[in-house]
Amino acid sequence: MGERLKMASHVAKWLQKGKVNRLLVIFTFMFVPLFLLLIFTYIPFVKMMGFSFFDMKYIGKREFVGIQNYVAVFQRDDCFKALRLSLYYIGASFIQMSLALYFASVLSTNIRGGNLFKGFMFFPFLICGIAVGFIFKFFYTRGFVLDTVLAWCGFTQDQLPYWLKDTRINNISIAATSVWRYMGQNMVLFIGAIMSVDSTMYEAAAIDGANEWNKFRYIVFPSIKTIIILNMILSITGSLSAFEPPYVITNGSFGTATYFVVMNKLAHENQKVGLASAMAVILLVIILVATLIQKLIFKYFFGEGEEESWRDRKRRKNRQVMPEKEGVL
Amino acid sequence: MNHSKTKKVLWRAFQYLTLMAGALASVTPVVVCVITACKTEKEYASTNVMTLPNNWLYVGNFIQAWNKANMATAFRNSLLILVFVLLGSVLTGSMLAYILSRFKFLFNGLIRNLFLFAAMLPGIAMQVSVYQLMYEFHLINTLTGYIILMMGTDVISIYIFIQFFENIPVSLDESAIMDGCTYFGVFFRVLMPLLKPAIITVMILKGVGTYNEYYMANLYLQDKNRLVTVATSLYKFTGPLGSQYNYICAGVIITLLPALVVFIFCQKQIYSGLTQGAVKG
Repeated sequence: MGERLKMASHVAKWLQKGKVNRLLVIFTFMFVPLFLLLIFTYIPFVKMMGFSFFDMKYIGKREFVGIQNYVAVFQRDDCFKALRLSLYYIGASFIQMSLALYFASVLSTNIRGGNLFKGFMFFPFLICGIAVGFIFKFFYTRGFVLDTVLAWCGFTQDQLPYWLKDTRINNISIAATSVWRYMGQNMVLFIGAIMSVDSTMYEAAAIDGANEWNKFRYIVFPSIKTIIILNMILSITGSLSAFEPPYVITNGSFGTATYFVVMNKLAHENQKVGLASAMAVILLVIILVATLIQKLIFKYFFGEGEEESWRDRKRRKNRQVMPEKEGVL
Repeated sequence: MNHSKTKKVLWRAFQYLTLMAGALASVTPVVVCVITACKTEKEYASTNVMTLPNNWLYVGNFIQAWNKANMATAFRNSLLILVFVLLGSVLTGSMLAYILSRFKFLFNGLIRNLFLFAAMLPGIAMQVSVYQLMYEFHLINTLTGYIILMMGTDVISIYIFIQFFENIPVSLDESAIMDGCTYFGVFFRVLMPLLKPAIITVMILKGVGTYNEYYMANLYLQDKNRLVTVATSLYKFTGPLGSQYNYICAGVIITLLPALVVFIFCQKQIYSGLTQGAVKG
């Protein structure tokens, strides 16, 4: 009995020793988060790549079909072509960012009631996606909210399209809901970035006689361009994988099915797991490539952190080379 | 001089005008829902959607929506999910951030990059194989399964915690170690209490996300009578009830009220949390 107690206290002492304790804490604290990451992200990721080579359902037999699923993604009418719809969402996200930038620059001055406006414009971000879906189904229903507002502006019902059914306009109506939802969030990010600009810069600029536009162009914009570019990258990859707005509003009917809506349908309604996996892998590759290209472009034009951008370095080198050439001449 | 002053006034006026337009556009879709939710069935059928209700205090639709969508169960489930998911993700996130910010070891950079890359993987696409995995573990249609799935930490929370740890001087850890504290003690007794602002930030961000999450809830909690959450309770209104907007609007308003209350009381934390998360992530 005494022996055992002694052992236990030895073990306890050993565990409390610096190095052992350090290893122990690293291991125990990392175990759960990494385990969850592995189980719910990386194992499914690898599995998904495997699925894409099979003709299979969730349960039952699976048959190896090679790259047939990948071929099908490019050949079927409803798969790869659905990526065209991303253009609407890219367009929407650029409008959203310009609006956000404008409102952010206005609200970061000491405007009265600014907080209230900010709150109103931000709140849509906190509404659950499915509730947003209902809100806009209601909003766009014929003769309901939007039509009534437009009637006040002098339009008659016959002049107005069916906002969610007319294929000429419905993708725009749906993409607009994502502007409504995310503009405020973008704006808050931009305000945060603008606020972190050193305020003495404004004072200096004011003394030098800069007007509002100059201040924005030469002080605010350069210091927040990093976050703008980051948001642009995010918005393009986000647009390629647009899912929620069409899923909750039309469920992809009337030609509004984006790539992921199609994929979701194939996976969970038709149970074509292999095909859906192939779609996911293809989009993932596209997103990775797009991100990489954008990052390189970003580096070329703006540099990273304190680093000089490639473009500037090239320009500077050119400038240094030029006089020498003249000298030769 | 005078000329520039008029210009300034006009510019301010323009700013206010656009701000009002923006705010109006943001609240109109929601306000119209409130209007419709306060109308009796007869009123709803006979008046335009923008006509104000006779009685703003009519709660019939709210009661109907509450009962039809099984919202009592939904709120109970959502609360349960929130408590465990927040507990889990705050613990896992802060522990991992502690390790990553305080210890230099071989895989430090690799682990950060693993989480960063995970954030790039499109979640919806991954559910194809996660679903299969959940099926094999018999975790479909269980709250436990859904909670475990949601509990993992993400790159944004980790960065918020790491940022915070980096502002706490390491000498504090060292002096605690000198006094005979173990690393576990340092984390739970010394650092955890100091971490409160970061914990609140992460809890709000993660909490709003979890409360509003409907895609996975719909996929993994299929038994809609027993396992409904606040977000998925609204699915009740698709199908036969799909055009009864007086009920639907009431349901929508009920689900967004908690978010509104949290927003009103924690505006500052929400804004700063978002900004912190975005700059690093």
